[in-house]
Amino acid sequence: MATILLVFLLVSVLTPTLTRLIGLRVFYVVAILPTVAFGYTLTQTGVITAGGAVTQSLPWIPQLGISLSFRVDALAWLLALVVTGVGALVLIYCARYFDADEPSLGRFAALLLAFAGTMYGLVTADDILVMFMFWEITSVLSYLLIGHYTTKRESRGAALQALLVTTFGGLVMLIGVVMISVDAGTTSLAAIVAEPRGSPIAIWAVLLILVGALSKSALIPFHFWLPAAMAAPTPVSAYLHAAAMVKAGIYLTARFAPGYADSPGWLPVLVTIGIWTMLVGAWRSLRQHDIKLMLAYGTVSQLGFLMVVVGFGTRDAALAGAALLLAHALYKATLFLVVGIIDHRAGTRDWRKLSGIGRREPALAAIALIAVASMAGLPPLLGFVAKESVFTAFLEAGLAGDGWGWIALAGTALGSVLTVAYSAKFFWGAFGTRPVISDTPLHASRWDFALAPGILSVATVLLGPFVMLLDPMLAAYADTVPGGGDYHLALWHGFEPALLLSTIVVLLGLVIFAQRKRVARWQAAVPAWVDAGHGYGHTVRFIDRIAARTTHLAQRGGLPQYLSTILVVFVLALGAASFVNRTWPDAIVLWDYPGQVIIGLVMIIATVMAARVGQRMTAVLLAGVTGYGLVALFAFHGAPDLALTQALVESITLVVFVLVLRRLPSRIAEHNRPMHRRRRAIIGALVGIVMGTIAVISLGARQAQSIAAELPRLAVEEGHGNNIVNVMLVDIRAWDTMGEISVLIVVATGVASLLFVSGRSTEMPRLRESRKRREPKNRRRVVADPHASSAGHAVTRQSWLLGGRTQSAENRSIIIEVLVRLLFHPAIIVSIYLLFAGHNLPGGGFAGGLLAGLALVARYLAGGRYELGEAAPIDPGKILGLGVVLAVGTAVGSLFVTGIPLESAYFEADLPVLGHLSFGTSSIFDIGVYLVVIGLVLDILRSLGSEIDRQSELDEPGDDGEDHSTVPPIGNASSDAGDALGFDASSEWTPAEAPAPGTGPDTAPITQPAGESRNAPEGDPR
Amino acid sequence: MSASLTLVIVMAVMYAAGIYIMLERSLTRVLIGFLLVGNATNLLIFIMSGRPGSSPIVTGTSLDDTMADPVPQVLMLTAIVINFGITALLLALIYRSWWLAQLGDEGDTLTDEHAAETSGDSEVTFRSSTDDEAAVQASLDASEDGSDDDSSGADNTGNSDREAGT
Repeated sequence: MATILLVFLLVSVLTPTLTRLIGLRVFYVVAILPTVAFGYTLTQTGVITAGGAVTQSLPWIPQLGISLSFRVDALAWLLALVVTGVGALVLIYCARYFDADEPSLGRFAALLLAFAGTMYGLVTADDILVMFMFWEITSVLSYLLIGHYTTKRESRGAALQALLVTTFGGLVMLIGVVMISVDAGTTSLAAIVAEPRGSPIAIWAVLLILVGALSKSALIPFHFWLPAAMAAPTPVSAYLHAAAMVKAGIYLTARFAPGYADSPGWLPVLVTIGIWTMLVGAWRSLRQHDIKLMLAYGTVSQLGFLMVVVGFGTRDAALAGAALLLAHALYKATLFLVVGIIDHRAGTRDWRKLSGIGRREPALAAIALIAVASMAGLPPLLGFVAKESVFTAFLEAGLAGDGWGWIALAGTALGSVLTVAYSAKFFWGAFGTRPVISDTPLHASRWDFALAPGILSVATVLLGPFVMLLDPMLAAYADTVPGGGDYHLALWHGFEPALLLSTIVVLLGLVIFAQRKRVARWQAAVPAWVDAGHGYGHTVRFIDRIAARTTHLAQRGGLPQYLSTILVVFVLALGAASFVNRTWPDAIVLWDYPGQVIIGLVMIIATVMAARVGQRMTAVLLAGVTGYGLVALFAFHGAPDLALTQALVESITLVVFVLVLRRLPSRIAEHNRPMHRRRRAIIGALVGIVMGTIAVISLGARQAQSIAAELPRLAVEEGHGNNIVNVMLVDIRAWDTMGEISVLIVVATGVASLLFVSGRSTEMPRLRESRKRREPKNRRRVVADPHASSAGHAVTRQSWLLGGRTQSAENRSIIIEVLVRLLFHPAIIVSIYLLFAGHNLPGGGFAGGLLAGLALVARYLAGGRYELGEAAPIDPGKILGLGVVLAVGTAVGSLFVTGIPLESAYFEADLPVLGHLSFGTSSIFDIGVYLVVIGLVLDILRSLGSEIDRQSELDEPGDDGEDHSTVPPIGNASSDAGDALGFDASSEWTPAEAPAPGTGPDTAPITQPAGESRNAPEGDPR
Repeated sequence: MSASLTLVIVMAVMYAAGIYIMLERSLTRVLIGFLLVGNATNLLIFIMSGRPGSSPIVTGTSLDDTMADPVPQVLMLTAIVINFGITALLLALIYRSWWLAQLGDEGDTLTDEHAAETSGDSEVTFRSSTDDEAAVQASLDASEDGSDDDSSGADNTGNSDREAGT
């Protein structure tokens, strides 16, 4: 069974593609699948007849006791045959119903097939939660199928109605499902029903489940969605809204009835609502002009009928219910398909416009007549057999002293009278000849259009006289209902009260039909009862508006408002929790060492000032002070790794801030301040106090021994390193670190994609002829500064950095250039030292990477973006990628060797300078971390540094002479063309010649006569 | 375990000031607040390591007995680096919103009051769903409207009547 479901899923997925290839014939292909399922179910008949069940179970979520368990017993067998059999026929029918150019045909075919599979799963599932899952899938699929004509308003509206109503019922049902499965201690439907529990929880749970069943089967007050759903293509109506989906509610009621029919509330609810639905549906069906809606209301009516019968809870009623369910599926699907043919060929479904169809299409009329007669309950058809057995069952229950038996009998008999009436009217409406209007023109169609309804009609005819063949199987279900009964399904039971009742019902029905004009006038005169459809509309609109108002109310203040809402909730919740707290630390010391107070004071002063100053840059610097304060605290507290990392991060953060803030307007916009200063202060203070309290409480809350005790041993023995922090990062908690470097990669990519608007350029900004310039003889060449020369001051000087000459003179600082020149390479070497020494001493990948990053920052600050390009002529993305490849490679590699990811392997060696080194795979992991951090810093520099430089130049192209730029440039304020000309800086250069990037001369000649002639001593001051 | 009141007070002040700044409208101020709150949170984790000790580096000497708790340190180390990454991302966001949205003198201050706009949007949505509903009702009502008399005169249909009735 699970295999069948899997195949359904796979084929559904492939169906759209297949439809593109073979068009309408796809329906024949996919119809094979439900046919196979039908045949497979037939093979289980032997077990069913013997009263057994076919079961299959696959573990799914053992923690919750949920398994993919399936169980085909008699009831499931019947339903499975119905949904697969009708499903196959409807699919075949589709091949003629649709035109080849129907839009989204592939989607439709796939959905309909998937629906057939889901229904099969629903009726065979034994796990109640799995059943519920299928239940909800049918809701979604029905939404998509009803909404097939996406451009039609009524189609969309009807689809949404059906979805909202059935999922509302489904949610209520879910509560019931969970309650009952928890209460019963099992999720098996069979077990829950076999051992019904009388606990209040179970009683309520069953009533909640009934709400789901009622909504799915379109009983009052949920009935309105079914007529609306007639906006769907007719095959959908025939399948979902006659044979399959609406039967899900009936099925579930039938499933629970053996165990829970005597639970309080069950019978009153089902009988009352069922009869009411039966009468209302039939009443409204009589009023319809649209023959499809006539059937739809008729279906509502019949579903009410079915609900009364299957829910009644006696053995004979259960047997009758099973027979009626089958009969209804057969005749109602037939009728819908016939209506589809009429609609397709005549182009209308309004009986006032249809005429002469029965005369011209006798075969179609005969098929419909059989179905209609079965619906009205005429012999010798299955519908007659079923209705007879229903009446007998109710009569016997009533005679046995059950008051509900009489009520059910009277109600269903009255309903059946109306059923006969609308059945007759339907047939008369669809096939009658109206002399006043000419015969309705019909499109030609192939004979096999009527194949599917024909087969269903044959079944209806055959199963009447031969119903005793079905009797053992259906009785196998009925016998599970407690309380005896020996009724058997048969065409002829002799002259019985039920036969008399049937006769009266049919005759009365025909009288109503004969008096249809009078009845219609009378119906029109009766004021419309409260219309549940309108009620639904009002409810939905009301909820919509409430939701919108609430949103407007709660979501209007912008970020500060939302933040303060969150924070106030935080303060209230945790503040209240800390009030009731009883665990306080043993001792609170004022300080750990006197220096702590001094550091703390500095930090507090900086913090308070940061909150008060209006200048952005000052505030950033003050926030930086708190960061450096942390460095000091860490250093004094025995956390050298933290101190190192924090110091490096704080420095880079400051630089990055400066890089961005230089572009923004210097004043902080003061207008439209949303929140009062005092309110902010109060919220801030409260959060501070609560956090302080939490910190104190949690220090006192520790109960277990710290895991730290084991760590030194683990680090040395397992991790081969003395620095516990580093070993934990790259070995013991390496998975965490893996996650963290992933975050860094995301962040780096995010920064780059935010800044590189038109795609991240693949090329780093490089100096032209960079290779040539790297040659020693050119390194010390003296160049003229283009800006200076254009301003008339031929200032020249030597360059200490490759990109130095791209700088305008006023932005250059020779001291910085010299310092960077001298310190860059040592810094890189130290960073590598930190990386490798980190295993035993403070350091590691994070610190090393940050130091290398800081060195790059220095290059960029001193020499501008070309200098950065020269210093790290690699795409940062590649560095990030290489880093993560190393880290992941370590994880995966050890997976292959030891079977455990990130398990380290080692070899040890004594090396000069570095000391005793134990080089392990964890070191490779650390190199990955190192590279990722460098990549991050480089990406940030490229984005927030170089790219902002470039954009600001594009923004203000005219920096000729007067420097009106509001942007204090970092390093580089000259244009791209000027950069390219860096080396031939020259008397010839004028800004006008190089207005835009890329238009300047391509080559930058190294020879530079003007520059040579003005050769100046090294370090010449400007 | 015991707590150092100094550290707790410093942390509380940083939280308070950070939140105070965060609640302003200017994005840069929000970010500065974020920095302070981030540092305060690191301090919170740090406080959890208890009293100071020697570095968590195994030396094989008596220093090992007074070692500080390495677990909070490990947690913080990555937190520090990630804090930095998020700061950079926020800065990039601030810059982008300023540069691409051409906010100009408004700087990084967001005027995110689109209440009128969103209420207009939801009106459109409501109207659309209401129209769908109305269309459904209309198509259902259409089948019941008008007289039940077919203009042909229903009397002459006895033929099919009998068919249905038998």
